[in-house]
Parts: sequence; C-alpha cells; structure tokens
Amino acid sequence: MELFLQQVFNGIMLGSTYAMVALGLTLVFGILHVPNFAHGNLYMLGAYVTFFLISLYQFGFWAAVISSMVILGVVGMLVERFVYRPLIGQPHINMFISAIGLLILLENSVAVVWGTSAKRIPHPYPDTVHLLGITTTQQRLIVIVAAVIMIILLQLFIKKTIHGTTIEAVAQDREGAQLVGINVNWVSSMTFAISSAFAAAAASLMAPIFMITPTMGALLVMKAFVIIILGGLGSMQGAILGGYILGLVESLGGGFISAAYKDVFAFGALVLILAIKPTGLFGKESN
Amino acid sequence: MKYNKFLKQNWLYLLLLIAALSFPLVISSRYYIQIMITALTWAMAALSLNLILGYTGQASLAHAGFFGLGAYSLALTTKAGLSFWLALPLAGAFAAFIGLFIGLLTLRTRGHYFAISTLCFGVIVFIVAGSWIEITKGATGILGIPKPTPIPIPFIGELSFTSQTNQYYLVIFFLLLFLFIIYRLVNSLQGLSFMAVRNNEVLAEAVGINTFTTKLLSFVVTNFLVGMTGGIYAVLMGGVSPTVAGSNLTFFWLAYVIIGGVATMAGPIVGAVLVTFLMEYMYSLGEYRLAIFGLILIMAIIFFPRGLVGVFTRLYQKIKDYFGGIRGGGAGQNAAKSRKANETL
Repeated sequence: MELFLQQVFNGIMLGSTYAMVALGLTLVFGILHVPNFAHGNLYMLGAYVTFFLISLYQFGFWAAVISSMVILGVVGMLVERFVYRPLIGQPHINMFISAIGLLILLENSVAVVWGTSAKRIPHPYPDTVHLLGITTTQQRLIVIVAAVIMIILLQLFIKKTIHGTTIEAVAQDREGAQLVGINVNWVSSMTFAISSAFAAAAASLMAPIFMITPTMGALLVMKAFVIIILGGLGSMQGAILGGYILGLVESLGGGFISAAYKDVFAFGALVLILAIKPTGLFGKESN
Repeated sequence: MKYNKFLKQNWLYLLLLIAALSFPLVISSRYYIQIMITALTWAMAALSLNLILGYTGQASLAHAGFFGLGAYSLALTTKAGLSFWLALPLAGAFAAFIGLFIGLLTLRTRGHYFAISTLCFGVIVFIVAGSWIEITKGATGILGIPKPTPIPIPFIGELSFTSQTNQYYLVIFFLLLFLFIIYRLVNSLQGLSFMAVRNNEVLAEAVGINTFTTKLLSFVVTNFLVGMTGGIYAVLMGGVSPTVAGSNLTFFWLAYVIIGGVATMAGPIVGAVLVTFLMEYMYSLGEYRLAIFGLILIMAIIFFPRGLVGVFTRLYQKIKDYFGGIRGGGAGQNAAKSRKANETL
C-alpha cells in the first residue's frame, strides 16, 4: 500500500510536468496547427537557462524560474516569427521539417554552449516531508502545487481576459477572427510565448529533482503529442487530464510492470488508438 | 542517330555515372572512399524516403525504425549462418512485412497524425532494440557480422568483399538498382497514382484511385528498400547497435531529401553526398556543425523548398529561355510552357 501511494504521488508529480508541457503544445498545435516538434527542446532550454542563472549569476530559485519563463517567452515569439510564420499556407510537411531543423539547432547549440554532460540545479528545498505514510521532498510538493496554480491562472487568462479570448477566437475560426479585427499574427506570437514559458516553468521546477541534459526534451515532446492527440487537439481540459493520466500510468506501470518498456506502452497505445480513430479520441473530423 | 540523341539528353547522368564508377580508382585516400561509402548508403535510405515522402506525400518518420529492423534482421540471420545474398532480401522482406502491419494501422491517419504515429513506432523499435537483451544484446548491439559471401565467377576466381574498393562497388550496385526500381515505379501508372494521392487525396479518391491501397503499397515498397539498406549498412559496419534505429537518422535523411530536392530522382543523392561531405569538411567545428546543419535545414525549407535540384532546374530553364528567346519566339514559348508544367508539378 505504501509503495502504491508512493508511486501515485510520483505519478501526480510527473503528471504535473506532462500537463504543463502538453498544455503549451496543445495551444500551438491544436490552435495554430503548428506541429512544434521543438517544444521539448524549448523545455530543455528553459531548464538550462534556469541552471545558468542560478549557478552563474546566483539568482534565487524563484527569480531564476520567472526569468527563465520570460526569456523562453521571447524565444518562443522569435521561433514563431522566423521559423513557422514564413511557412503558413504551404504543405504541412514543410512546417514539420522546419520544426525538425529547429530541434537539431536547439539541441546542438545547447550541447555546444553548456556541454553534453548532465547537470543538476542545487536543491532549493531539500527538506523531507512525511505525508499520509509516504516520504517525499518539499521540492516535489512544490512542483505539484505550482503546476496547479499555473494551470488555473492560464485558464483564467484565456477565459476572462480580452487577450485570452482572442486566442480562443483564432482557434475557432482564423478568418472570422481576422474579420472582426483580431491581429492574428500577434495572437500567434502571444500563444507561442505562453507555450514556451509554460515549458520553461515545468522544466525549471523539475530541474532540481532530475538531471538536465541536452536530450531531456526528446522523449518528452513525443509524450506530449501522445497526450494532446488522445485528449483531443486544442482541448485544454484534455491536455491537463491526459497529462496527469499519463504520469500515473507511467509511474504505476514502471513501478509494477516493467521500467524498461514503460514508454513503449504510451507510444503503442497512441499508434493503436489512432488506427481505430484516426483523428484522436476526442478529435473532430476534418480534412 | 538514336545513340546520339540518347547521349545528348543524358550526357550529365552518364558523366556522373562514370565519375561514380571511377571514384575509387582516381581517389586513393581510404578516408574519402569511406566517407563516400557512408554518403551513398545514406543516399539509398534517402531515396526510399523520397518515395513515400516526396512522391506519395506521406511523412513517414519510422524510416530509421525500418532501417534498424533490416539491420538487425541481417545481423541475426547472417550470424546464424545464412548467406548474405539470401539474408539481404530477407532483411528487406522482414521490414516490408512489419511495414505492412504498421501501414495498415497508421495510414488511416493523415498529415501530422501520420507523422506522429510513425515517429512513435520508430521510437518503439529503438526502445525494444535497446531493451530486448536476449535477442538484440541491448545497448552494445550485435558485433562481428561476417562480410558478404564471395561470389564465385567461372575462370576468374571469386569476387570477395573484404577490400574497401569492392565494398564501394557493392554500394554503387545497390544504389543503381534502387534508382532503377524507383525510376520505373514512379514513371509507371502506379507512380502517377502515388502523385495523385500526394497532390489531392480527395480528388484522387474521386477519380477512382483506392488511396489507402496506394499509400500502403508505397509504404511497403519504401520499407522493403530501407530494410535492405539497413542490411547493407550492417554488413559494411560489421555490427549493429540501437542507434541505427534512432530518430536522429530519420531526421538526417529527411534533411538530405529536402536539401537535395524533394520528389526528384537526383535530389536525395545530391543531398546525401553534399551534406555528408560538408559535415566532414566542417569536422573541426565540432558540435557547432550540427547546430549549423539545423539552421541550414530551416533556411532550406523556407527559401528553397524545392531543394538544390529545384534551384538548378529553374536556373537551367532560365538560361535556356534566355537563349531560346534570342533565337526565336517559338523556342522561347516552348521553354516557358515546359517551365510552367514543371511548376505545377
């Protein structure tokens, strides 16, 4: 029972990261139809920026996390402007290839600048906590709580503010949004900024727990794609729920079935589900 | 007369063929021949990727997965004592067989969904190759794959593949074979239906093409060819490890196809050879060269989506137009017409 609870707790923590990353990806993929395959690399870049700020400039943990979010937000805007916007209206494969180029560029730039060896951010909150019979660190609790707060804030932003509603408007009907005077380019920029900032936040929060390496985002982005396709493209609730479910499945599957094949389950499930329902579990029919 | 015409139309290809055949005779450096062997192996993989990606319009990102399946299949069968010449088509058939099932599952999806689900399959192959230790020997991989079985030739002796030059010709032989197969396929009625599916799937369906079977056929042939390429790679390297199924390889081949020229015969080869040599040339830059490579890929897709071959054909057409215009209106108009036909392709 204790092991089970421990795995559930770890699953929720993993799921918090997945939910935040998937939420960012669903914004750009589901809403702007940009298959941002480099999303995992933006996540990785976010972790490195935080590491850099803490180790080189002696930033406090929270100051570093917030600065990293801002920096990655700007990077996201640049990516949208220079990598994806020139390809709007061209065959979908082109944007895909551009994304792969960006992926290679980011991964290797980071490897050049900071080296390929794994790095670790010193634990800001190393104390252990005893909760319901399980032992954990404060940092893990912080990840869970911070993710929930950020997800709620994003929901409020999109539902309650003018800027947020323009994102929804573009998602529903790009041309209609243009007709009522919404600057679609600005909305794209903003969406990319939010998406990248979320990735940076997730990466920075997790960085003291796991090692950071230039390839840390490679599998993560695929998991995020699995989540958003299963949860329904563009559906934020689907991304959040899917994130937590995948975290739990992975943690329990890895703990009780097989650690080596835990990723195979997730990816295999995607291939099968897409075979049965080619537009995803909750996807709309479209051409 | 007939030969004259053939020479006039194909002089460039003949020249390239002669250059390719005489390469190891002219260049004595083992280092350059080895790079050329690698480049041409990648060219083969890029050629088959071009069939599904360029001609059929489906971005299969499981390409390295099938390459790996072929490589592992060849490694296991030849180590069990099977002759290379039987093991190689078997490697292709194995990849094609798995490809048939994966195609049945994934080809129901379209566009990004297809790319993502094939990428997922590629990662599964990679993980299994690294984890199924009883069969694949895990991360170390399978070593000591025997060189291709020598072919006995009456009166001369036998043709063995221990020397680098002979290995080079082995690769050239299969490259030409692949080129021939893909050329014949693309220029057949079947090839036209591939392109019809690429250009407009709904329209293709409407004129009576079974788009699903068409895509499946293209996918299976692609995987047969890349499975064989994996086998050739495994035998030349003498060993396989999970990296042969890594998605990085797929990304590289994709880049070769795009930089060379998508949906052209020469594009994948031009891209593979040029980029491989460029990467070797920039070796001193270390890790930077991969970052530069990513940048080149982004720029290529934004500014030259038709690749180097596309740029050259356009340039050639412009020059032809220019001189045709001077000689007489008729020739110029013809050129303009053929250029337009090229663009709508």
